[in-house]
Amino acid sequence: MKPIAGGRGEAGQVAARLAVAPAAVPRMGVTARLLEDERVLGWLLLVPTIALLATFIAYPFVKGVWISLTSATVGVPGVFVGFKNFIKIWNDSIFQRTAYNTFVYTGVATVAKLTLGMWLALLLNRHFKGKRLVRASMLLPFIIPTVLSTFAWKWMFDPTFSVLNWTLYHAGVIQTRIGWLTDPTLALGSVIIVNVWRGMPFYAITLLAGLQTVSPELHEAAAIDGANTWQRFWRITWPLLLPVTMVVTLFSVIQTFADFQLVYVLTGGGPANATHLFATYAYQIGIITGLLGEGAAASLAMFPLLFIIVVIQLWYIRRVEGA
Amino acid sequence: MAGTLDRRSFLKVTGTTTAGLAGILASGRAPAYAQGQKLHVVRWVDFVPAADEALKKQAVEAGKALGAEITVETINANDLQPRITAAISSSSGADIFLLQHNLAHLYEKSLVDVGDVVDAIGKEQGGYYPAAEGLAKVNGVWRAAPHVVVAGMIAYRKSLFDEVGAKEFPKTWQAYREVGKKLKAKGFPVGQTAGHTFGDAPAFWYPFMWAFGGKEVERDGKVAINSKEMVESVKFAAAWYKEAVDEGGLAWDDSNNNRAFLSGTICATLNGASIYIESLRNKEKYKTDTGALMHTDIQHAPLPAGPAGAYAYHTPFNHGVMSYSKNQKLAKDFLKWWYGKPQMEVWFTAQKGFAQGLTKTWESHPMWQQDPVMLPFRDAASKLRLFGYAGPANAKASEVYSKYIITDTYAKAIQGMSAEESVKWAEGELRKIYVG
Repeated sequence: MKPIAGGRGEAGQVAARLAVAPAAVPRMGVTARLLEDERVLGWLLLVPTIALLATFIAYPFVKGVWISLTSATVGVPGVFVGFKNFIKIWNDSIFQRTAYNTFVYTGVATVAKLTLGMWLALLLNRHFKGKRLVRASMLLPFIIPTVLSTFAWKWMFDPTFSVLNWTLYHAGVIQTRIGWLTDPTLALGSVIIVNVWRGMPFYAITLLAGLQTVSPELHEAAAIDGANTWQRFWRITWPLLLPVTMVVTLFSVIQTFADFQLVYVLTGGGPANATHLFATYAYQIGIITGLLGEGAAASLAMFPLLFIIVVIQLWYIRRVEGA
Repeated sequence: MAGTLDRRSFLKVTGTTTAGLAGILASGRAPAYAQGQKLHVVRWVDFVPAADEALKKQAVEAGKALGAEITVETINANDLQPRITAAISSSSGADIFLLQHNLAHLYEKSLVDVGDVVDAIGKEQGGYYPAAEGLAKVNGVWRAAPHVVVAGMIAYRKSLFDEVGAKEFPKTWQAYREVGKKLKAKGFPVGQTAGHTFGDAPAFWYPFMWAFGGKEVERDGKVAINSKEMVESVKFAAAWYKEAVDEGGLAWDDSNNNRAFLSGTICATLNGASIYIESLRNKEKYKTDTGALMHTDIQHAPLPAGPAGAYAYHTPFNHGVMSYSKNQKLAKDFLKWWYGKPQMEVWFTAQKGFAQGLTKTWESHPMWQQDPVMLPFRDAASKLRLFGYAGPANAKASEVYSKYIITDTYAKAIQGMSAEESVKWAEGELRKIYVG
């Protein structure tokens, strides 16, 4: 920077020093100045996250939406067809059955997992010998890879060599084989059983963590006031656990609604489409039959439904927390 | 033979274009490629493990002969289509895929013309059976090289059939139903899948439909499934399943019937020859309830005749070269090498009759004289009707197969839906595919 021009004598020297003085402070570059701006810095720090979300979530989602609006088949990009694919699957009897299955599967499995998970958490919250070992072993279904454990269940439900049927028969409970995977209703029931078996530990361990934050003094005070076990659960434990329960249920509903591996391995959607879920049917149409547009439409069909469920649950969680 | 030819002399032999192909076929070797070139082949896990072992050895030999690294990957048959779709969508993956059934029609746009391979092999091996063209020639272009079929015959327990007075295998569906009824009552039902599985389900239910006069479409593609004949076939199937079949079959895949047969719980099942071949491979492991070796009690027979005749669908296997592949020439040369007589001989004999060539030469192979139990498989590829009958075996027929519509038409009735309703459901599904 040039010194201020025109100064002579002391006044001029002072002026010159003054003019030089700012140069002694390190000069801020454009980048530094931008980084000093909190709004800019905030955005910059967000860039990696936004890039990751855009690459791995937004792009596949937008691409999926686009494909669902085209006549794309495997190897053929297709042309824009509007909502034709959605209309086609809406009128598809297999899709209708799939939608019914998905709701039954999610509804029954979620209620069962919540009930059994809560029961297990309450049991494990008590003091008994070997508590730690039981708690750790309870997580096994959750730890074992789903495909592996489902194969074990497949053997247990095997139409010819089912160990369950063998046991029930030799115990005198049944006279003929139970068609775990052959009867349409039982097949759906069987996949629900496996889902509950696999998902219950998640509920139990999370609810157990929640239970341990409930002060025992509250229970003691209620007991002194004459509250019985059920009243103490319903008036103290349940309300205090509600926020945790809602979050666990939210995660579980999303996972169960979009379940794929379990049904794919256990039944492949059969018999006669009796156990197809949105994900497995979308896979069959899009990936196996090669109708990518229709497959994407079937897959996206679960999005608005899931979105509504999630919005309602989040709204409820906020309300509970606010209260 | 092939082992004595070094690369230099081989290159001399293949110096001219016309002599080249003759050289490949004569020597079992193809031109050398630039060092480091790789070829990736994806096939199913063969039901005859010895054939996979032979192929993996051949891949090493082919690698030496072609100067390239050749990898053969084997995966579950039901996972082939997902793998192909993923490869095409990402334009990356294996150079050659095994294509079952008429899948060449479904993936037409992503497969290169392999007409030169087909022509050369056809010329060398006495031409193809008529079905080959319907399977792999799409709009006048060979999109896959027809290889073999895995014929489905009924493997049955001779002693059990004898016990109920059936000295020979029933020739008609009505007779088979009667025998099956007696055998189920004795605790030995027939085993038959009606589930979502790639081979045994379509190989049974399509010919069953044809035997009663049912068909998917007319020659011009007009949906024709809702016919009196089809309804009758569904009624018959539902009754037969209840009276004579192990009802667990509704959830069987392609391997369940093998296990059930070899463990002695069923009397008969439609299958490739893998049950018999396995019983030969482990003779002491598989015995009947009387202690006899299981393989001595197994016979094979074609599907019985219905009111409209007897038909068969044998699962065809072809290979396609992917259009995204950077090694298309190498891929085709590998197919020429592997399909050529010297190499096919090795693989074909390892199959022990489980697979039958789609070229005519293999039906006169001396192997067929060695074991009369395997004889019904010999010319199976010549008697093959394709999906989509009476129309062409096109992509729409593939879609019907991929969605298991024909299998499910019967499965629904077996589960209790009325035959009329079940066929009406199938008609609706077929209309969506054929009419849009």
